Amino acid sequence: MSHEELLKGLRKTVEQVLKAPYYKKKLAQVDIHYPHDIKKLDDFWKIPLTEKEDLRQNYPFGLFAEPMEKIVRVHASSGTTGKPTVVGYTRDDIKLWAKIVANGLRRIGVTSNDVVQVAYGYGLFTGGMGLHYGCEELGALAIPISGGNTQRQLMIMRDFGSTVLCCTPSYALYLAESLEEAGISRDELKLRVGVFGAEPWTDQMRDEIEARLGIRAVDIYGLSEIMGPGVSMECLKGEGLHIDEHFYPEILDKDGNPVPEGTDGELVLTSIDKKGFPVLRYRTKDLTSISYGQCVCGHHGWTMKRVSARVDDMLIIRGVNVFPSQVEEAILTVGGIEPHYLIIVDREGNLDSMEVLVELSADSFTDEIRQLEELQESLEEKIEDILGLTVKVRLVEPKSITRSEGKAKRVIDKRQEKL
Amino acid sequence: MQQLSIFLENAKGRLAQVLNILAELGVNIRALSLADTKDYGVLRIIVEDAEKVAADLKERNCVVKLTPVWVLKVADATGGLAEILNKLVAEGVIVEYMYAFVEKANEQAQVVLRVRDEEIMKAAMEKLGL
Ligand SMILES: [Zn+2]
Repeated sequence: MSHEELLKGLRKTVEQVLKAPYYKKKLAQVDIHYPHDIKKLDDFWKIPLTEKEDLRQNYPFGLFAEPMEKIVRVHASSGTTGKPTVVGYTRDDIKLWAKIVANGLRRIGVTSNDVVQVAYGYGLFTGGMGLHYGCEELGALAIPISGGNTQRQLMIMRDFGSTVLCCTPSYALYLAESLEEAGISRDELKLRVGVFGAEPWTDQMRDEIEARLGIRAVDIYGLSEIMGPGVSMECLKGEGLHIDEHFYPEILDKDGNPVPEGTDGELVLTSIDKKGFPVLRYRTKDLTSISYGQCVCGHHGWTMKRVSARVDDMLIIRGVNVFPSQVEEAILTVGGIEPHYLIIVDREGNLDSMEVLVELSADSFTDEIRQLEELQESLEEKIEDILGLTVKVRLVEPKSITRSEGKAKRVIDKRQEKL
Repeated sequence: MQQLSIFLENAKGRLAQVLNILAELGVNIRALSLADTKDYGVLRIIVEDAEKVAADLKERNCVVKLTPVWVLKVADATGGLAEILNKLVAEGVIVEYMYAFVEKANEQAQVVLRVRDEEIMKAAMEKLGL
């Protein structure tokens, strides 16, 4: 997309958001009253960032930019605290979204011959319906099985000949484990590729999933505030998620200043061509970096690195910033354990403590305590290497850590209970 | 002889549960030893048909491993065990761990040995005519 085209797109979004009084007031503060006040990108970058809090203050429909009669659907993100954030879609928005998802699926070789098991939740959460409409747009068969009911997932996967699986990475692992338990062999399945997202995961986790399910695993990214899944998605080259041209990305440091291309920071997104709920410079709280270029798959534009951490997931332990994904990366690098873990943070006296429960894998179990201790120590060392923090690793039995059918719970912070 | 080794994630708490499972399976435990740390332990047992018991335990989500061990009869006299061990050590055998038990049927004292190198042990046993 040329510079001029980008500016044109951003002006359109500004024009659209000005229909919402809240934005109108906010933009007036930086002297933007009309779309043509955006003469260059510098003008656009003056616009204050939009935060989740802005959405909450306008609960439920305050930021909609089209009259309610034009809105045909709402989605909402579960607020961990307080009210959810609600987004609205016009009929055109729904079509656009479906096209974007279909494009992403097409890039990984999904066609009208595919059978797509959509095991994301259907409902206010955008995951299920986002993938579903994308499949239909593409002409693939979508199985709207939604999340959960693992035994039925396995039966349908085998009997319907699912070729594509869509769910969270942690649920994909749980399904793999359940397939083994149910004695369903890989040969009975037609599964070829998995489209996994809605929670941060690591390359190590991808390797696990690919090995266990015998498929290619690609990452899909999105959030309801922007549109839903499909904002960006990997191609089979697996070198980052291609951001769809309907979203303008920026990466900012923690003070809100832009960082050079390729540098990590918080992803900030602006929608282009969205009508019902346009967003200007929305802070995603997701940490990544972006680069611009051409990929062999045909994508030309921005590509973002896999999101391995969310600002909100950050734990501060003894003053050190810790992301669960760092622990995941460390333990999966060492091996000898199942890819399930639980971080327990506590406070003993005035000191934070961090314990990581990992499941000993049946294959690596050795009869000698000495070797178990060595495994435990090498896990501890690896985590300490990455975090710069002493931790305690506790080996537990396989399947003793609770499995998730949606987003996995990786952390129990007992310090909060003690406040 | 194959010994059954079972991982216990919480050495003390999980032991009773696993023993209950073994009882339900109708397994007769000939010998038993528990090695543990603060957090976890390894239960080592000698049973009939260890392979089948291992499969049954796996089905119940236990982490199980079959470990080759040597079971030797020990003379019921002072220094009986030391005598055997001295001979084995002289042949280059390294013992990883051991535990003793008395066979109920004949009150014969026996010792279970886990050695570092099976081949050295085999040669030593042949040489010593044990
Ligand atoms: Zn590509």
